[in-house]
Amino acid sequence: MIAEAGLAALWLGAAMALAQFVLGLLALRPAQAALGRAIAPVAVVQGVFVGLSFACLIAVFARSDMSVLLVASNSHSAKPMIYKISGTWGNHEGSMLLWVTILALAGATIALFERKLRADTKMATLAAQAAIALGFYAFLLFASNPFARITGVVDGQGLNPLLQDPGLAFHPPTLYAGYVGMSAAFSFAVGALLTRNVGPEFARAMRPWILGAWVLLTIGIVAGSYWAYYTLGWGGWWFWDPVENASLMPWLAATALIHSVTVLATRDGLRAWTIMLAVLAFSMSMIGTFLVRSGVLTSVHSFAVDPQRGVFILALLAIYIGGALTLFALRVGTVSEGTRFDVVSREAALVANNLLLTVILVVVLAGTLWPLALEGLNGAKISVGAPYFNSAAGPLALILMALLAAGPLMRWRSDRPGLVLRRMAPAVLAAGLASLLLALFAGPIGILPLMGLVVAALVGGASIAPLWKRKLARTPLFTWGMVVAHLGCAVSLAGMASDAAFTKENLVAVRPGEARNVGPFEVTFAGLRDVPGPNYASLEGVLLVRKGAGEPFVMLPHLRQFSDPPMLTNQAAIRTFWNGQLYLTIGEKEMEGRWLLRMWWKPFVTFIWLGGMMMALGGGLAMLGRVKRDLLAKARPA
Amino acid sequence: MKPNMRRGMILWLPLALVLSLFIVFWRGLMQPDDHVIASQMVGKPLPEFAFPAAMPGQPGVAAADFRGGEPRLLNVFASWCLPCIAEVPVLMRMKAMGVDIAGVAIHDTTPALEKFLGQHGNPYSRIGHDSGSRLQIALGSSGVPETFVIDGKGTIVHQHIGVVGERDIAKLLALLGKAR
Amino acid sequence: MRAALAFAAALLLAGPVVAQDHAEISLADPAREQQALDLMDTIRCVVCQGQPVSGSDAPMAGDMRRIIRERIAAGDKPDDIRAWLVSRYGDWVSFKPVVKPATLPLWLLPLAALLGGLWLVMRRLRLRKR
Repeated sequence: MIAEAGLAALWLGAAMALAQFVLGLLALRPAQAALGRAIAPVAVVQGVFVGLSFACLIAVFARSDMSVLLVASNSHSAKPMIYKISGTWGNHEGSMLLWVTILALAGATIALFERKLRADTKMATLAAQAAIALGFYAFLLFASNPFARITGVVDGQGLNPLLQDPGLAFHPPTLYAGYVGMSAAFSFAVGALLTRNVGPEFARAMRPWILGAWVLLTIGIVAGSYWAYYTLGWGGWWFWDPVENASLMPWLAATALIHSVTVLATRDGLRAWTIMLAVLAFSMSMIGTFLVRSGVLTSVHSFAVDPQRGVFILALLAIYIGGALTLFALRVGTVSEGTRFDVVSREAALVANNLLLTVILVVVLAGTLWPLALEGLNGAKISVGAPYFNSAAGPLALILMALLAAGPLMRWRSDRPGLVLRRMAPAVLAAGLASLLLALFAGPIGILPLMGLVVAALVGGASIAPLWKRKLARTPLFTWGMVVAHLGCAVSLAGMASDAAFTKENLVAVRPGEARNVGPFEVTFAGLRDVPGPNYASLEGVLLVRKGAGEPFVMLPHLRQFSDPPMLTNQAAIRTFWNGQLYLTIGEKEMEGRWLLRMWWKPFVTFIWLGGMMMALGGGLAMLGRVKRDLLAKARPA
Repeated sequence: MKPNMRRGMILWLPLALVLSLFIVFWRGLMQPDDHVIASQMVGKPLPEFAFPAAMPGQPGVAAADFRGGEPRLLNVFASWCLPCIAEVPVLMRMKAMGVDIAGVAIHDTTPALEKFLGQHGNPYSRIGHDSGSRLQIALGSSGVPETFVIDGKGTIVHQHIGVVGERDIAKLLALLGKAR
Repeated sequence: MRAALAFAAALLLAGPVVAQDHAEISLADPAREQQALDLMDTIRCVVCQGQPVSGSDAPMAGDMRRIIRERIAAGDKPDDIRAWLVSRYGDWVSFKPVVKPATLPLWLLPLAALLGGLWLVMRRLRLRKR
């Protein structure tokens, strides 16, 4: 019954989306503007229906209802409850339902809370949001019904063991919320183009929404990176894998967008470009979903593979992205170019930020898709991995970061280079100090990591400079947001550079009783013991670790054999110190009776994710600051 | 008018770029899902190797064995490889037709091989033992079983990836005939 | 390259009776060990195709690690070993794309984006000066 109720709710949600779309189109004609008043309530009802539908899917998973095909093929009654529930979105159909749910909820939220946008633009925005949703409803209902029934199944096939992890409960929902939250930017842009309303007013209305989506996307990526780091068991925090790149591309576009929208809101510049980025950010989200869901690319994070569905999503993408870009080309010509600015100015720095982020986006896009294009062209198979991305995107990112140090210290419109340099003095001092320390103590390290550490010091110093000589209590919340986010960039960059420069690695096979070194640690392989789990059998490696003359401690990496479905996974043992992480995994037994140990000592690696969370926090503060100011501004005249 | 026209062109550029991207995606989707990594060694002479005998009473396998003027099959297999069982009867039939098959067992032991060949039959004229996948890596082979057609001068003519089935006999025989 | 091939041939001739087993034993020289590990990170495992050989538990990945260590120990350059593997498995096996006509777009596309972007920005700035 629950499954049928879920399906019914999904159909009703689709009907509401259709109503929302049609109402929006009709209301665009001035004669029928009164119809527009019904759009917001319809959008809210749509959100409620889809929310119900998703709740029903969670319920059938929680109850292990094996008469539902999706549950039977992706769950198992012996699984712990948290993985039954998070397993709801650990598969193709469930994750697409989550996608549509977030899309509808985003529309409902805009309908309820967006007060600043001109009424006709808001209607057009909600109509665009409904148009996107319609396509994905069709995809769910006709090609990926999550509620389909099956008979005669006793128990399920289980969930991919790599996904049986608390990370699954957290990472996909936040990442999807960020991905799909970007639909707001897309719909706002389409709405603004349709109603010819591109200006500072519009930018200020759009800004909190894209900041919110950006925050969620950032959290999703950071969480995903840490999750992959500890579950995949090879010590890397970013592998430049297609699925990872799919989440990075919308983030790069969105990061450019939250900066360009500031230029539009404050100085009425970059009108066409901001619209372009708003379309691009969500287009990248959709392309990312397509890349992950259609299986066109081979990935370590392999999920569902089905070309038929791929064609369906591709058609949707062509309609939405192609449609938006056609509208852009037709309408943006009527948008005037906006105000002028000088070469040395905050605007110019933000333009450079946008240019560099865009070029990095092209690097990621080219590296991810050129192998696919080439195979289509002449059948040649190539691999593009970390060596390409690091060498192509690394220097661009460093220039971007150096610019980040100067940008916030420049005035709008026009500034004098000498004054900017003077404001940067403390930061330059910090960078000089870092260089000196590195020269004295670091030993030989690569040029890119070295530059990374120096630039991190520069950005760290410069990012707190906007607070200089200000009364901290009276500093606006969004300025705090910028400071925290930029400091987060410095912290994250420091972590990445430190990981690249100072990591110590050892990959060896050992017999019980033998000891090996990694960094300052001596690791003794004491032996193995069996540890039974709820739905797996685990071999636990007992490793005695000692640092210098200190007390030894035990670390216990696991090798897990899952039964439903059969699969072997590595469970790393990670110990966090104030200055880094010790990361140990145990691999399969070799023919010669030795066990494979992978050991890493990663100084300050945690800074990578700490900095990422600071960026998200900064974005959140900026969003709250903007919303608060709007509320205050509205309260005053009333 | 001219600068305006140019601006107009630029505005259509994003659409053009995205459409070309979609053509790439379309072709990617239409491609058969193929994760097979073919060897680049086909058409080249066998690399030098010499593997010791894996079974008592049968010689080991060396590259020199393939330069005797007669085309042969070089089959990489293992007793722990389940699909390998399926191709043994087919290889036995080819042996009965007079095809010379040299086998190289990967990561194996003599007792395990004796059991495997005893149970399913032994189609090999000689069996070498490779304890480190060295032959596979030198040949650009990425799994077991794989079968290479080698001509009489020791040149690799063809790589057959996966189990040799009944249907493959004719093709392999033709290749062997042509390599003569 | 020719020396590398000759060396590989010698290795194969020696076959499995090599006394020193380099499979998963660190090389004595830390600089060479680091070279070997860095190379392993950029060679794609032919069995578990998403992973580099350093991260894979497949026996064949272990054998590739063994060969990489042996050849680094013997003084081969990482790029020669990479080229040797590419001559067996094709470009696919290396995560570091070779610069050749077919891979040029990897660098030309970002460059075109950079130049195009700069051109757009410059045009705007010049307009402003007027």
